Amino acid sequence: MALDGNAIGGLLLEIFAVDMTSADATCAACGAVRSVAETMVYFRGPGTVVRCRSCTSVLMVISRVRGLNCVDLSGIEALRVRAASA
Amino acid sequence: MAGTAVRGRLIWQVATVATVTDETDAVRTIALDLPDWPGHHAGQHLDVRLTAEDGYSAERSYSIASADGEPVAITVERLDDGEVSPYLTQELRPGDQMEVRGPIGNWFTWGPHDGGPLLLIAGGSGVVPLRAILRHRQRSGSSVPARLLYSSRSLEDVIYREELDQYRGSAEVRYTLTRRQPPGWGGFAGRVDGAMLARIAWPASQRPLAFICGPTPFVEAVAELLVARRYPESRVKTERFGGA
Repeated sequence: MALDGNAIGGLLLEIFAVDMTSADATCAACGAVRSVAETMVYFRGPGTVVRCRSCTSVLMVISRVRGLNCVDLSGIEALRVRAASA
Repeated sequence: MAGTAVRGRLIWQVATVATVTDETDAVRTIALDLPDWPGHHAGQHLDVRLTAEDGYSAERSYSIASADGEPVAITVERLDDGEVSPYLTQELRPGDQMEVRGPIGNWFTWGPHDGGPLLLIAGGSGVVPLRAILRHRQRSGSSVPARLLYSSRSLEDVIYREELDQYRGSAEVRYTLTRRQPPGWGGFAGRVDGAMLARIAWPASQRPLAFICGPTPFVEAVAELLVARRYPESRVKTERFGGA
């Protein structure tokens, strides 16, 4: 069963070093813009699969291989991330 | 500088269990002593990592149960087929240590500046981050109106009942009991449905801010009902959890 992007907040913070749950992601397939927190997240299979809640296309796949986080972002057309405050 | 965490970086740190408090038969609150905790906001969560002597490790996410400025506490529900929760709810003792990283997530959070009126809808242990929000609202003296609708199997399964009932002076707290109701029960019974929300949900015209937390099917059903009541999707914040 799918969880949501809140569930990978820690993993994404580890990779991007900023909070990504509140970032807006534009789906490359359907153009929907939603918070990463609202995506559908599946932990089954070899990695973590993040899908668009509007059209279910794959937005992002994260797999951990021998100590490396491999991130496929090809399903995301654009990311808007809040800039760190001074 | 040695020992200084780089701001914004997420690092594992060692937490020491300060106290454990049984909330229900299956649910326990664990207060943690975290010397390097940077502070958190109501609604955020943290990751816990447990490592066995043979090196096998397991990670889980738990909502933070305490309000902004309070010591970190998590509330954990025991899942009998779980790998981590039986240990946390049955074997963990004060003084024990575990690895923790956080706080995590700035989306499912609330502070007084976010306004309201607040509609908080919890399924089971989904009440944990919503309790942090209610607690923060109370401690910050916020006058934002708030309503909590909490769906629980039975009255005995209601987490934080004593505390939630104390909020009744300033917030509306309603329970719906899905499996078993005590004799003479005057609250809601059964799953959250449209009729229940018609009685408890603020009208969309008041621009309410909704937070829903619970198992995935619960959250999806309630979010759909709120959108049907013309709540804009941007004002409906959701957090889903699954057992492990």
